[in-house]
Amino acid sequence: MMEFIIGHYNYWVAIFLMMVGFYTIISHGNLVKKIIGLNIFQVSVFILYISMSTVHGGSAPIITEGVKVYSNPLPHVLILTAIVVGVATTALGLALVVRIKEAYGTIEEDEIHQMDHSL
Amino acid sequence: MIQGHLSLLLVVIPLIAAPITALLPRGRLPWMATLTVAWICAMLAGIQLLAVVDGGVISYELGGWAPPWGIEYRIDALNAFMALIVSVIGAITLPYALLSVEKEIPGQQIPLFYSAFLLCLAGLLGITQTGDIFNLFVFLEISSLSSYALISLGQKRQALTSAYQYLIMGTIGATFFLIGVGLIYSETGTLNMMDLAARLPEVSALKTTHTGFAFIMIGFALKLALFPLHLWLPNAYTYAPTVITVFLAATATKVALYVMLRVLFTVFPTSFVSAAPTNDLFVLSGLAGIIIASIYAVYQTDVKRLLAYSSVAQIGYMALGIGLASALGVTASIVHLFNHALMKGALFMAIGALIFRVGTCSLEKLRGLGRQMPWTFGAIVLGGLSLIGVPGTAGFISKWYLVTAALEQQAWLLIAVILIGSLIAVVYVGKVVETLYFKPTSENNLIIKEAPILLLVPTWLLVFANIYFGLDTDLSLGMAERAVQALGVATR
Repeated sequence: MMEFIIGHYNYWVAIFLMMVGFYTIISHGNLVKKIIGLNIFQVSVFILYISMSTVHGGSAPIITEGVKVYSNPLPHVLILTAIVVGVATTALGLALVVRIKEAYGTIEEDEIHQMDHSL
Repeated sequence: MIQGHLSLLLVVIPLIAAPITALLPRGRLPWMATLTVAWICAMLAGIQLLAVVDGGVISYELGGWAPPWGIEYRIDALNAFMALIVSVIGAITLPYALLSVEKEIPGQQIPLFYSAFLLCLAGLLGITQTGDIFNLFVFLEISSLSSYALISLGQKRQALTSAYQYLIMGTIGATFFLIGVGLIYSETGTLNMMDLAARLPEVSALKTTHTGFAFIMIGFALKLALFPLHLWLPNAYTYAPTVITVFLAATATKVALYVMLRVLFTVFPTSFVSAAPTNDLFVLSGLAGIIIASIYAVYQTDVKRLLAYSSVAQIGYMALGIGLASALGVTASIVHLFNHALMKGALFMAIGALIFRVGTCSLEKLRGLGRQMPWTFGAIVLGGLSLIGVPGTAGFISKWYLVTAALEQQAWLLIAVILIGSLIAVVYVGKVVETLYFKPTSENNLIIKEAPILLLVPTWLLVFANIYFGLDTDLSLGMAERAVQALGVATR
């Protein structure tokens, strides 16, 4: 049992981060905090991918003399792509928040709701 | 030579044209460039469809790397049909875009607007073309990010908040899909869809595979706006610029449905899918969506929002077709996908013509305008009839097949709900028609004239398509049947 918990600790970290990120997105009314939550959520997926690419006893996937076992490099490459996508999403999200701040004068979700409904 | 690279060109041409368009000077040049690209894409998609219509398959290896190592574009009847729908809707929307965009988007943003439009087109076409599930994620994000930006360009400030809301929900959906792909990759070690299909049966008993499947389904249900995950859709469609509403309503959710079909029928083994409660969930959310979203639509005071809720209900019909899990049900689903693109395209374009003249889409302010804009009004009536499913229109064909598919399994409840849904559609379409035609015109609207011809021609093109495909179903139904054959749907 202990071995199961300790042996999979990076997966536990991924799940924990996933939940923290997801909870932040749902619970916070501040638009910037939501973006932060989204980032944490995405990062947890990156960790998940990197964790599963590990091969026991494998070294980094760079050809070196004397090393026979390498970790799987494909998930690393996939995650590089996903990181780029994540950066683009964050940038676009923050740009929208700036525009929202200009249009409404606030970035609190409940205040924005109130302003839209009182119109 | 072109023949061989056809499937790649469909994606690469709009992708390369997008940054070039952004650099073009203001004025009508960016529009011309986008129009040309969209028409070329529509033509290429037509040629591609002809090449695979007899059950053939085009397999294109990117960079010459053989699958499953390299990325493969694998085109069968379903892909080619979807690519045709997306690119033809793009090609019809663009002539309409010229005036509408000039009116709604500030001049200095127009080149960027068309650039984002092309990116969105490239992303959606990419999703339909690719045979690699991670490549699909990348194209999904290309199309999503550009559509968030496009929606935020709407005139009201609510456009910003709805784009933000869509960004959060859409990213959660896409990330769920990414988790799912990661989990099935960890079990199979491959990302190519055909290779996955070959390897998944071995590992279909594992919990990881089940979890991955669930993540992929929920992720795309968010993108599809399947009830009750539709919350982003009404706001996004209401506040987006008219052209974007037309384009997204007719393509984005349809492409998400295509991915669902692909994952359900090509990637995962049939026995695996029918063992999971997928079909029941599709039927359940379809039923709830049809009834609840239709009732919501009746109570809307904004025409665009009314049609957006009706879209959620129509997605319910498509989900129902998938949930029936028979060849006939999936055929009905694909036919409805095609027909719904036509009817919602026509309706949103006609509403856009009203907005072009009046500047608002609140029902209250549109009173009596039907008499002053007879052509626009005619388009709304015919599009509405198709939405209801009156015989002689495209809407009838898809509902007929859906009812037949339900009859085949003696699912009386489903038939009842399909009919009730159509009756509620009569109410909300009737509400729009009544306000537009039978209510007295408000005084400051008396000077309003018919919409310009450039808006009317694309609208009526889609209206005629609605009637044409209600009478001659060779293309819509014939292609759907071939697509179902390509998917290999067997009665479960």
